[in-house]
Formats: sequence, C-alpha cells, structure tokens
Amino acid sequence: MKIKDIQEEIIEEFAFFEDWMQRYEHMISLGKSLPIIDKANKKDDYLIKGCQSKVWVFPEFKDGKVFFTADSDAIITKGIVALLLRVFSNQTPEDILNADTAFIDEIGLKEHLSPTRANGLVSMIKQLKMYALAYQSQLN
Amino acid sequence: MNTNSKSIAFDVEKIRKDFPILSRKVNGYPLVYLDNAATSQKPQVVIDALVDYYSNYNANIHRGVHSLSQEATDAYEQAREKIRAHFNIKKTREVIFTAGTTHAINLVASGFRKILQKGDELIVSALEHHSNIVPWQMLCEETGAVLKVLPMNEQGELDLVEYINLLSNKTKLVFVNHISNALGTINPIEEIIEKAHKVGAAVLIDGAQACSHIKPDLQTLNADFYTCSAHKMCGPTGVGILYGKEGWLAKLPPYQGGGEMIKEVTFEKTTYAELPHKFEAGTPNIADGIAFGVALDYLNTIGFDAIANYENQLLEYATEKLLEIEGLKIYGTSAHKTSVISFNIKNIHPYDIGTILDKLGIAVRTGHHCAQPIMDFYNIPGTVRASFAFYNTFHEIDVLVEAIKKAKVMLT
Repeated sequence: MKIKDIQEEIIEEFAFFEDWMQRYEHMISLGKSLPIIDKANKKDDYLIKGCQSKVWVFPEFKDGKVFFTADSDAIITKGIVALLLRVFSNQTPEDILNADTAFIDEIGLKEHLSPTRANGLVSMIKQLKMYALAYQSQLN
Repeated sequence: MNTNSKSIAFDVEKIRKDFPILSRKVNGYPLVYLDNAATSQKPQVVIDALVDYYSNYNANIHRGVHSLSQEATDAYEQAREKIRAHFNIKKTREVIFTAGTTHAINLVASGFRKILQKGDELIVSALEHHSNIVPWQMLCEETGAVLKVLPMNEQGELDLVEYINLLSNKTKLVFVNHISNALGTINPIEEIIEKAHKVGAAVLIDGAQACSHIKPDLQTLNADFYTCSAHKMCGPTGVGILYGKEGWLAKLPPYQGGGEMIKEVTFEKTTYAELPHKFEAGTPNIADGIAFGVALDYLNTIGFDAIANYENQLLEYATEKLLEIEGLKIYGTSAHKTSVISFNIKNIHPYDIGTILDKLGIAVRTGHHCAQPIMDFYNIPGTVRASFAFYNTFHEIDVLVEAIKKAKVMLT
C-alpha cells in the first residue's frame, strides 16, 4: 500500500471516534498491542532521547524497501509511534523522503508532534527520513 | 474531611476573582492550574501595573531630566525599596535587579572566576535545579576548583552529617536551594549557612521556589547571597533579584559592561558605578521591576502566614487523597515541605498521565523538573508534579484525584 493510502485509511479509522477520549483509548491500545522492536535492538545506538519520553528506532533495508521497528517508554508516545510505523515502514526510501505527517493533524493528535513537546517524536520522524536518505544513497 | 470549613477563614473564592486566567477553560474543562512551582498566575493589579506603566509614564530611567523619566525612575526605585523592605535587607544598594534567579546565579558564579583558585572546593546540594548546578560546573572547569555534592536521603532531605564531613578550610562556596522545586523539601538553610561560615565559606541560597510560600528575613538568615524570581511570586517574567552582602558585592567584578553601570568612560579607563548599578548594565526591565513591587504588595496584603497556613492545608489534603490511589508513590516525603507533590503511578509513564490530565483541563508538570540528578537518585525517568498555590481549592484537588483515577484506568 502506498503511504498516501495508508494515511487515508488511518484518517477514516479515526473518524469513527466521537471524542478525544476514544481517540486516546485507541492509541493506547495500539501502543499496548504492538511488540514493535526486538529487545536486542532496544539499545542506546537506536535511542532518540526526548526530554519527556524515549523512543527507539531500528531500521532494516530489504529488497529496496525500508523496514522500521520501534518502541517508546510512554504508552501514548508508543501509540503514535505505531501509527508512524504503519505509514513509514515497508516503503521505498524515495516514498519515505517525499511523505509528510499532515495526517497526524487530521486525526487530532497535532500537539504530540510539536517540537516543544520533547517526547522524541519529531526527532523520530527526522531519524526515519535520515535512514531513508542513507539507504537511497546506497541505491544510487 | 469537611473541605468547606477549611476555606472559611481564608476566602479563596474572593482571591480567585483577582486572577482573570483562573476563569478560563482548557480543552473544554475549567482550568485547574497546578503548575505553580513552574510559574504562578498573575493578579489583575500586576497586569494593570504593566499597562499603566506603558500607557502613562514609559520612559528610560536614571538619566532623563524630563518628567516622565523622573516618574519612571521614582517608580522603579520605589519597587527596589519595597523589595528591600519585604526581605528585611539592610541596605537598598544590596538589592540588584536581575532577569531572574538563573541570571543572578550566573552573575555570582562569574564574579568568583577571579576569586577561586585551583583546588578550592564548592559544595552543591543533591537537590538543586540545573540552574544552580551548571554555572558552578562551568566555573570549576575554568578555575580548577572542585565541586562536591551534599547528598540527600530517600525522603528527599539533605544529609547534614555528611555536610559536616564535606566542609573544610578549602570550602569557598556553598549553594543550596531554600526549597526544592522538584520535591518541595524545605532545606535547613539556617544550619547550612552557620556551618559554612564557621569554615569561612560563603553561601548562596536559591530562593526561587521558596519566596512564593515564605517570607525570608535576610538579615536574620545571614546568607551571603540570596536570589529569587518575580514570576513565581505573582509578578511578571523576566525580573528577579540578587541580594548580596555589601562586602561581597563590592568584591565581585561587574558581570556585564554597558550603560548604567559606569561612573566615567574614556578609551583609556572606565570607572564603575556604585552599587547596585555596577551590576545593572543597560536599560533595565523597568515595567516588570515596577510590577514586581506591586506583586509583593499584593502578597503581603493577603499575608504570608495566611498563605502558608492555607497551602499547608491543601498539601495535607492532597497528600491524603492521592495516597488513596493504589500504586501511587510520592517522591519527597520530608516533614518539612511546601505544597509540591511529585509522584508516579506504578508502571505508568509520567508523560502519559500528564497528557491525559491536560486533556481534562488540568495543568501539572511532568518530566525531570530540571533536576535530573534527583530523578537519577530515585532511578525514574521523571515524575508528575502537582504544585499548589493559595488560589487553588480543595475542590480542584478532588478534580485532580478523579482525573488521575480516570487516567490510570485508561493507561493500564
């Protein structure tokens, strides 16, 4: 599935929720249900330090596509990490570099991607793109 | 507990009307502001003082011969005098206006660059805010002085036995906060100052967290330096004071060069102004300085005894109610503390709790509170910190407790 289509799918999914509490409950369940990183990769080399919560991101490059696994110590952050992985993982480096994160605004979670929030998510997105850029340069 | 009877003597509803922000809503809920340790809200009289200054007598001070300049100078210097009286400081020239506590600490640290020698020792408490750690680390790097840490115990209290062991004739400076911003502990600064003076060391007390709760008498206290920030005391941001004993202030070199701080300037030599202007280079923060004086008047009208008494009731009630929540642990359990409660709930990240509380209109702080060494001591990533002011209510504590219970259900 293309990044744009996945983002549309997430927006539709969130449209069912009537209020913030349902949206958050959904995110929390996303955060809880996903074992999203291998324990061996949850180390400082892959750690993005936010002031408030920590995020780990581990990249792999297979058959021209980038695969990410990730984790966070805070469950709400982890829920958003899960959404971001759904969008950015299993994509080509080029598509990752061209993608934006406007869908996060549309599903009412904008505040979590504010640079002042210091939860590691803004740095995480930068990091995803950095990995994509690195793999792209391998291809060329 | 009958919460109504508690608030009769102290008319909190009347006080709340002085603070326009307290009637706003956040995320659809009435604002419950419990981040007072970060900054206090401002009463209308303080906001009015700022508007009045800019509307009616804005002018640069100290040098103008015109009437506006004279009026502004008088108001600014009256504010300094109010601050002197509030803290029972002996001389007005011992009151230096600064941009706040951080600025004041950096001013003193910078002044000690020429005084310290390699091998001299400084003592920092384990309970400090980063702003009372980093400037001294920088000073040590530059001078070769050694930073020693006065440790804390599990309750968040300083270890005074260890303090005696650390003190020696090598000790030149001791710096401790009056009250810990992260845990609320009131430190035994009288004893700390007395013991430091016995070995000839100077003491700087960071009063940023204390001065909204208590009114220190600086002559009795006998600290060499004492600092505070107006914004935590119902005053504006960007202004605070450094109190220093005249002898010390005379000894320290100026911090910044510029206008206001000079007596005479030629390209060959500049002589510096007398205290306090020697440390006040450039056009000062006139409006905020004046409004700081108004904030002190406001607090003194309510009275610090009444404030402390009411806040202690809030602290006691909140502690009792919070501890009823299963899995909740409070960090900082000294018998001597102010209305700050730092806590975590088992297996839940403080960031998650803070996020849900915000959605419910409750402002608390989450994270390390600029005191990472304390978090390392407890081996936690941070805490949720609820800090209460005299305009908070028992009802707001009930709202907080219910919201935490809701967050806990959502997050587990």
